[in-house]
Amino acid sequence: MNEALWALGRGTGVVALVMFTVTIVLGILGRSGRSVAGLGRFGVNEVHRTAALTGTTLVGVHVASLFLDPFAQLRLVDTVWPFLGAYRPIWLGLGTLAVDLLAVVIVVSLLRERVGPRVFRTVHWATYALWPVAMAHAIGNGTDRASVWMLGLAAACTAAVVAAVGWRLTPTYGERGWSRTPRRLPS
Amino acid sequence: MTLTLATQRLLAGLDHGPAPQLTADGLVDLVEASGLTGRGGAGFPTARKIRSIGRGPVVVGNAMESEFLSHKDALLLRSAPGLVLDGLEILAVALRARRTLLAVGHRIDPGPVREQVAVRRSPVEVRHLDGGFVAGQESALVNRLDGRPGLPGDPLVPVRKRGVDGRPTLVVNAETLAQLALLARYGADWFRSVGTPEDPGTFLVSLTGSSREVVPRPGVVEVARGTPLRDVLASAGTPLPRARAVLVGGYHGTWLPLAALDAPLSREGLAPYGATPGAGVVHVLDRRACPLRTSADVASYLARESAGQCGPCVNGLPRMADTLARLAVPGADPRLAPEVQRLQALVRGRGACAHPDGTAHFVASTMRVFAGHVEAHLRGECHALGRSA
Amino acid sequence: MSPGPQRLHVDWTRCDGHGSCAELLPELLALDDWGFPVSRTGEREPAVPAALEGHARRAQKACPLLALRLISAGTRAP
Repeated sequence: MNEALWALGRGTGVVALVMFTVTIVLGILGRSGRSVAGLGRFGVNEVHRTAALTGTTLVGVHVASLFLDPFAQLRLVDTVWPFLGAYRPIWLGLGTLAVDLLAVVIVVSLLRERVGPRVFRTVHWATYALWPVAMAHAIGNGTDRASVWMLGLAAACTAAVVAAVGWRLTPTYGERGWSRTPRRLPS
Repeated sequence: MTLTLATQRLLAGLDHGPAPQLTADGLVDLVEASGLTGRGGAGFPTARKIRSIGRGPVVVGNAMESEFLSHKDALLLRSAPGLVLDGLEILAVALRARRTLLAVGHRIDPGPVREQVAVRRSPVEVRHLDGGFVAGQESALVNRLDGRPGLPGDPLVPVRKRGVDGRPTLVVNAETLAQLALLARYGADWFRSVGTPEDPGTFLVSLTGSSREVVPRPGVVEVARGTPLRDVLASAGTPLPRARAVLVGGYHGTWLPLAALDAPLSREGLAPYGATPGAGVVHVLDRRACPLRTSADVASYLARESAGQCGPCVNGLPRMADTLARLAVPGADPRLAPEVQRLQALVRGRGACAHPDGTAHFVASTMRVFAGHVEAHLRGECHALGRSA
Repeated sequence: MSPGPQRLHVDWTRCDGHGSCAELLPELLALDDWGFPVSRTGEREPAVPAALEGHARRAQKACPLLALRLISAGTRAP
């Protein structure tokens, strides 16, 4: 049973990481306002949200299964307060931190019409911290860290995010694919 | 420099004694009976505006004079600042305003009105503000006064609901305030004794020309609503053969051809021409000027004055002005004319404020009134320049 | 809750011409030369027929800048 829980914990963790990688790449793609064949612009956004919520659910299962698995030595406090864990406390702490950030981002996103676009956008910037923290946790804490497939997966995810962020920083990114004069907004 | 044409009320320079105090109901009834409408450009019925304001409002006097061709608020604040303050005081007392402010544009000297504020120990807060064409727009001004960037806000939440300090805010043009100051003293019947039944009272006309020859005596004149345009031009010394057309209202206004010279300067008198008195601007175009060139220059100015906040405006206005400018070169591509029409229809109603609408209206007026000139241009001729391309 | 027709309102202080709205409501919205939404019905704020209300809500949720709103007829200021 413990083996099963441990496997479930690791498995959901890995898939959640892939989900969040998809989320952040689609988020950047969506922000660009460019259309993707078969998805359109709205589709990019909807898959972005689905991937985020799927990842969040998987993280929930990930934490729950590890909590139930005695081998992981997870206490309730470790699920919300970082760096107090018994097993690899630093790497575990990063996971806890990631869960904390994720909770804030998801709640604010679900309440975005209430909090308004400015608060929503400001909190959303935290995803740029969330993803690397989650990745670091995955690599540092996962017992598969030395295995080829895990490293390969991590490398592929990292490459995707780096490419997307790199594109995000190019000057014409914000024009959304149109030839237009940008709006002048006060900083 | 003021001209002597007709009724001097605001510019009579009389001492009218202290401003009367009115209750909210008394004020609304009086203004309603008078038929006073806003003199800032929109011409909104003032009674309706006052009635719609919520409790504990902030009252703002608008003397930004952002309309480039307008000089009336400057004159008012120089020669009769007391009347403007009276208007503010009457509103503030009747509506139990939390705060009262007067926004003075950068082209106007706030000295005289500040002096009056000090003499009366008035609670009016005078703010001397810079800013361009859109700075006097109601929500942009309110945002500015509230410490935010002076950009127009989304009209879904109008300033009369939430404005300065989050309170219902009543923004009234300086001239409207001065009219109110006299109306409160002398009554609705007096107010209605000049002007037309539908558009009573007087208003200040800023009279300018594209050349010294076509308007030898520019300035600000106070006339009764409904005065024929012809009479106003005569008072300025305009030699009619030298005039081609008259821009009425302002840069968001309408061109009137010479055939319309007998049009009364009132809302109903100008309506058949698709025009309104607006902010009281009357600008005469010299026959020697190319109307398309002049209009293209105005459109370019208006495009530059976009607040830059809304996509259709910051993109559409420059494209429209540029297209009109190319059309203004004799021998232009004929497809430019329908393109100008397409663009003016495209930008209307799309933006947080009426700047795209006003600019589109002006451009449409240009294309309509000077259609003959457009055709000549496409043939490679320009009457004004007296040559073929 | 006020009954009556719903209308689409674009908050132009927020709109950045992303374009999801026009994709989800092509009957009512198109994109102009610069990618900003423009009404296809000739009204400034297109009325949303009952049959399209679900699509309109989806479009409202899809706007990343919360610039699109469904308003009921009585909300608009004069």
